[in-house]
Amino acid sequence: MRAMLNYIWFALMAIALVVAIFNGTADAVTKGAFDSAKTAVEISLGLIGIMTLWLGMMRVAEAAGLVSLLGRALRPFSRLLFPEVPPEHPAIGAMVMSLAANMLGLNNAATPLGIKAMEEMQELNPDKETATNPMVTFMTLNTSGVQLIPATMIGVLVAAGSTNPTAIIAPTLIATAVGTIAAVVAAKILQRFYPEPEAPEIEP
Amino acid sequence: MKAVLDAISLWAIPVMLVGIPLIGILRKVKVYDVFIDGAKEGFGVAVKIIPFLVGILVAIGMFRGSGAMDLLTEALRPLLARTIFPPELVPLAILRTLSGSGSLAITTDLIKTYGADSLIGRTAATMYGSSETTFYVIAVYFGAIGVKKTRHAIPAALFADLVAAIATVAVCAWMF
Repeated sequence: MRAMLNYIWFALMAIALVVAIFNGTADAVTKGAFDSAKTAVEISLGLIGIMTLWLGMMRVAEAAGLVSLLGRALRPFSRLLFPEVPPEHPAIGAMVMSLAANMLGLNNAATPLGIKAMEEMQELNPDKETATNPMVTFMTLNTSGVQLIPATMIGVLVAAGSTNPTAIIAPTLIATAVGTIAAVVAAKILQRFYPEPEAPEIEP
Repeated sequence: MKAVLDAISLWAIPVMLVGIPLIGILRKVKVYDVFIDGAKEGFGVAVKIIPFLVGILVAIGMFRGSGAMDLLTEALRPLLARTIFPPELVPLAILRTLSGSGSLAITTDLIKTYGADSLIGRTAATMYGSSETTFYVIAVYFGAIGVKKTRHAIPAALFADLVAAIATVAVCAWMF
């Protein structure tokens, strides 16, 4: 359980090979691997520009005192969701800004701000290789994030000739709200079953 | 309501890009110097994600390429046939957590096949809009800070995705 990603990662590839033997899809597996590797690098390199922009802006916001102001203003929420993070810590401000960008569908801002929040939380982490409770809670909030405007899908519906493309706004809002509640509850319950990160023992 | 939300998403970025340095200037911050100082880290963070993202996306690409994804949805279909969950949406519900471009392609295809104003089309659009590509987010966020033991992140996120998918089907069936 501790290294779940190791098993999922290996299982995906091992199953692919077994299925390829039966389906005769070896060439498609090879293509899938190489194309995905290329896509992964393109995504990462595509992030450089916006990452640089938002990390610069975040530093300005910190210096201007905006990040800690945001953290103080939202203290009741942050105390409930991330009790391990001090309210004045810059991680709170970065998390709030990332989640707000996520709600508005501004993915180009949400990802860099989210990574910034993770970096801030890593400062508080005694064991740099193990996720802390607030990191996981924040991450699940992000993957289940409440969507005010599902912009991509409205665009697709418009392109497909929908007479009422914005009809999906209300159900998306409800579904994401339910998902977000499920995410917080699941993160808070499951965190008890996984040992929290501890400072590594120093060998004498 | 829609107009207000549209206006917010249109203006949020430009207003922030000017508003943040404006408050900085008012508080006597050397905004350009501070910006450059923070921005220096951007390249390093983006490059640091590469190995994590290559690892995850390659495994998913192989899984999809082999046809294992189709087998998985076929296997789940009879189980879900007894519920209200429309079988047409099973591939989307599974692929949504794994691949952003793949699930976008499936959603677009469903909307074209069943119609942009059909129940299936709208439910598919809602399902796409109400979730993120979970494994991508995990790879990027934890990859950027070098965390390898993700603890309960995957089970908690997948549980939330499942609940959101069920909620999507229920809400759409009720509303449309």
